[in-house]
Amino acid sequence: MVTLTAGPTNETSLPEIAASVPRIRIEPPRGWLELRLHEVWQYRELLYFFVWRDVKVRYKQTVIGVLWVVLQPLMTMGVFTIFFGRLAKLPSDGLPYPVFYFAALVPWAYFATSLANCTNVVVANQHVITKVYFPRLVLPLAAVCSGLLDFMIGLAVMITLALVFGIHVTATVMLLPFFLILALLTALGVGLWTSALNALYRDVASIIPFIIQFWMLASPVAYASSLVPVRWRWLYGLNPMAGVIDGFRWALTGHGQPPGAQMLGSTSMVAVVLVGGLFFFQRIESTVADRV
Amino acid sequence: MSTAVIRAEGLGKRYRRGMAETRGTLRDALTNFARAPLAALRRPKQEVFWALKDVSLEVREGDVLGLIGRNGAGKTTLLKILSRITRPTTGWAEIRGRVRSLLEVGTGFHGELSGRENTYLSGSILGMSKREIDRKFDEIVAFAEIDKFIDTPVKHYSSGMYVRLAFAVAAHLEPEILFVDEVLAVGDAAFQKKCLGKMGDVSRQGRTIVFVSHNMTALQRLCTRVVWLNGGKVTDAGDPRKVVNRYLQTNAVANLESVWEDNLGAPGNERVRLRSVRVLPQSDPGEPITVHTPLRIEFTYFNYVPDTMLNVSMILNNLEEVCVFASASDFAHRPAGLIRHTVEIPGNFLNADSYYINMLIVKDASTGILFQNSVVAFEVIEGEVVGNWYGRLPGAVRPQLKWVSQVIETSDLAASTAGDQTT
Repeated sequence: MVTLTAGPTNETSLPEIAASVPRIRIEPPRGWLELRLHEVWQYRELLYFFVWRDVKVRYKQTVIGVLWVVLQPLMTMGVFTIFFGRLAKLPSDGLPYPVFYFAALVPWAYFATSLANCTNVVVANQHVITKVYFPRLVLPLAAVCSGLLDFMIGLAVMITLALVFGIHVTATVMLLPFFLILALLTALGVGLWTSALNALYRDVASIIPFIIQFWMLASPVAYASSLVPVRWRWLYGLNPMAGVIDGFRWALTGHGQPPGAQMLGSTSMVAVVLVGGLFFFQRIESTVADRV
Repeated sequence: MSTAVIRAEGLGKRYRRGMAETRGTLRDALTNFARAPLAALRRPKQEVFWALKDVSLEVREGDVLGLIGRNGAGKTTLLKILSRITRPTTGWAEIRGRVRSLLEVGTGFHGELSGRENTYLSGSILGMSKREIDRKFDEIVAFAEIDKFIDTPVKHYSSGMYVRLAFAVAAHLEPEILFVDEVLAVGDAAFQKKCLGKMGDVSRQGRTIVFVSHNMTALQRLCTRVVWLNGGKVTDAGDPRKVVNRYLQTNAVANLESVWEDNLGAPGNERVRLRSVRVLPQSDPGEPITVHTPLRIEFTYFNYVPDTMLNVSMILNNLEEVCVFASASDFAHRPAGLIRHTVEIPGNFLNADSYYINMLIVKDASTGILFQNSVVAFEVIEGEVVGNWYGRLPGAVRPQLKWVSQVIETSDLAASTAGDQTT
């Protein structure tokens, strides 16, 4: 029954569609040098749907949905303002404490959630990974993108808060996207390593909360980076999130020092981690369906 | 002739034994390293097995290729390699055309999301573009017969509705090459038939399909070629009827007898020890077991303790682990020695399915002293195919019951309208 229809039509139609017909070559993994980034671009719609799923599910499962996004950093800001600000009297580079903390908490919350989601993303999607093919890189990308909506809401609150406290928001605010991208790439770069490692060793997911906690202490979230002794600044600058948070405060308020030389260290650090992560992830990707 | 769209040469897949289960914790890796730091540098000595070994095949455009073989023969591994879910260890394959694979019903479904949302999500994961889904959305909902519930979260769906929607999405993929694993094993019979019909449609449109199935009847009806895998290798390939028959005649699916020659290896204890369990089809040698074949099951064991009240129970399960029935032999005091119990399962009783038997030996009609799971296994297939139905009749059993059909009264009206229609 099949050959009847397949016979004559194909003879004529095949050569002409041949150019558009995808040709897939399946081979054993060839080692480290196999980045297929163009394929990720082909699957951009799937990336969109994964982000869309994460966002939908997150808001559906909570009772007050969007409100949480605002409440969480607001409450942390309250705690920080009372303990670090009013009681410990840490310097805030001349900014009102709420603005000082909130400007750090919004990018930090985005980074911390993205990194945690990214670490879990391969394991959490194992039922899909073992049943259908798509470039696995789509998953960590989706994980760091799905926090962007929350971030935007936080950003709106942050700007409102700045205006309420009488901060004169200047043109430097246009540089916020740059710092956001840096935060995204940091979460992605580290997340590529941790998500692949988590597929190999499930302990990684348990270690991540501690790493995030230590990382927060090593970033100027609860204090100003001006507290760090000058001779250690270069080392401190290697932490990309230090640059991101300083950058956020500076871009929003115009206060504090514009992040200059330390951004150079931060961005090169991110580049190294990201490129390494891409290769490591691709390396694990070829066997990930056998492992999860 | 049509051209080859799939070509595979020497495909092999090696797994480390237990790799899937022992995904390893960091602690294991660290303790291993601590115990033998040098071992980490040396090439690890691991037990490996080949799920697939040196498989070559060619599928032409419009072919419907069936894959058969018992569990663990490498069918799914082959499908997973061809659909790029996992990479081969050796060999290569080349595929020309848009590939979609259905290894599961409802890939990517999320319980919290509505039917509408899941249609988009699953469709996208299976490889449809958003525009394609937009276009086919109404058709998908109609096929699934769930239009009233399309905005209800699927976690509130009945399993039937869930499967229908999931398959409806899958059925509207428009691949040039489709890989299908045993997904038709779910759902009710009527829906299975609809799906098989849809697959028939797809293949009639000149698409290429590779599918794994245990439904021998469907395989023979739908496939143009069948490949039989055993132990990761191609045992036989070619005409569906011939390959399926050869497959069923060898004990490929079945383990019709378990015999223990030496007492040390046999299951048992200080009271009893198994000698053999056999399934004896009461049909001509070489004939497969059909729904009409009576079966004799024979249990033989040593009894070590004289004058013990012993009996044997058997539990017959199908592959979905549904217990079809349990049955026990008579209770009696048995002397020490070799004891045999035989039981007959009549023909026209079991449905077409794969079965396995769990057994236990009971002492004093109360205490189980030996349990042995899946001692034997066998497959029952359809007898002759009746009418146009190539699915399986539903039900755990399929007894031949006595039906009486009578005409109580004839109606002139019905007769005259029927007459009108024919003229």
